[in-house]
Amino acid sequence: MAIEVRIPTILRPFTGGEKAVTGAGGNLSELIDDLEANHPGLKERLLDTGDAGPDLRRFVNVYVNDEDVRFLGGLDAELTDGDQVVVLPAVAGGGLETALVPRASSTTGSR
Amino acid sequence: MLTIDRATYDAIVAHAKRDHPVEACGVVAGPAGSGRPERYVEMVNAAGSPTFYEFDSVDLLHLYREMDDRDEEPVVIYHSHTATEAYPSRTDIRLAMEPNAHYVLVSTREHGNSEGPVEFRSYRIVDGEVTEEEVTVVPSLTPTA
Repeated sequence: MAIEVRIPTILRPFTGGEKAVTGAGGNLSELIDDLEANHPGLKERLLDTGDAGPDLRRFVNVYVNDEDVRFLGGLDAELTDGDQVVVLPAVAGGGLETALVPRASSTTGSR
Repeated sequence: MLTIDRATYDAIVAHAKRDHPVEACGVVAGPAGSGRPERYVEMVNAAGSPTFYEFDSVDLLHLYREMDDRDEEPVVIYHSHTATEAYPSRTDIRLAMEPNAHYVLVSTREHGNSEGPVEFRSYRIVDGEVTEEEVTVVPSLTPTA
């Protein structure tokens, strides 16, 4: 079972410079574990392991077949063979100096 | 050094003034590896905030797909600060994820929506390290040979 994963420039050091790699998994969480096995270091850049358990980092966007995974159940989003996954870091910032950045209302928690 | 043509420079400044007091944001795409900011793309600030900007996640995907199809990269990523100087904030530095981009900051704190000069500055932000660079505005980018 193969899922194509597009890797952004900033994470290509983890994939030997490859723009796209393949992975496997029945959901996003499993896919990320599979990617980590072949490209160590990726998982830590994608996931935030807070007290509530792992979740996608706030400023990492993941899309499955062009849909933001936050609307598909986050880490629980189901995947099937032939799906295309795209990882893109958010383009964000601003004059706000504190760590209290607004949280996207679209963000859904996943366990 | 960032070399940018007058029309693109003016478009960035006009966007920043128009959206003040909300932060404006966008990119100027160019052929990958060329360093030439050729294609101006205004983005919507999904945060709609005077102190924060974020590209809408769906718009972001479309933008990157389009750039991929054209073999482009974001040569310039710009945004405005509306109450502070045109220098990367800690948030800007922490969230800068394009090591090859010129991060352009425009400050509208002085004149807001009105006519008048703005601060227009450019930086490289790599691994949390900020390096300011000179900005050269030219009538038009010299054609590639």
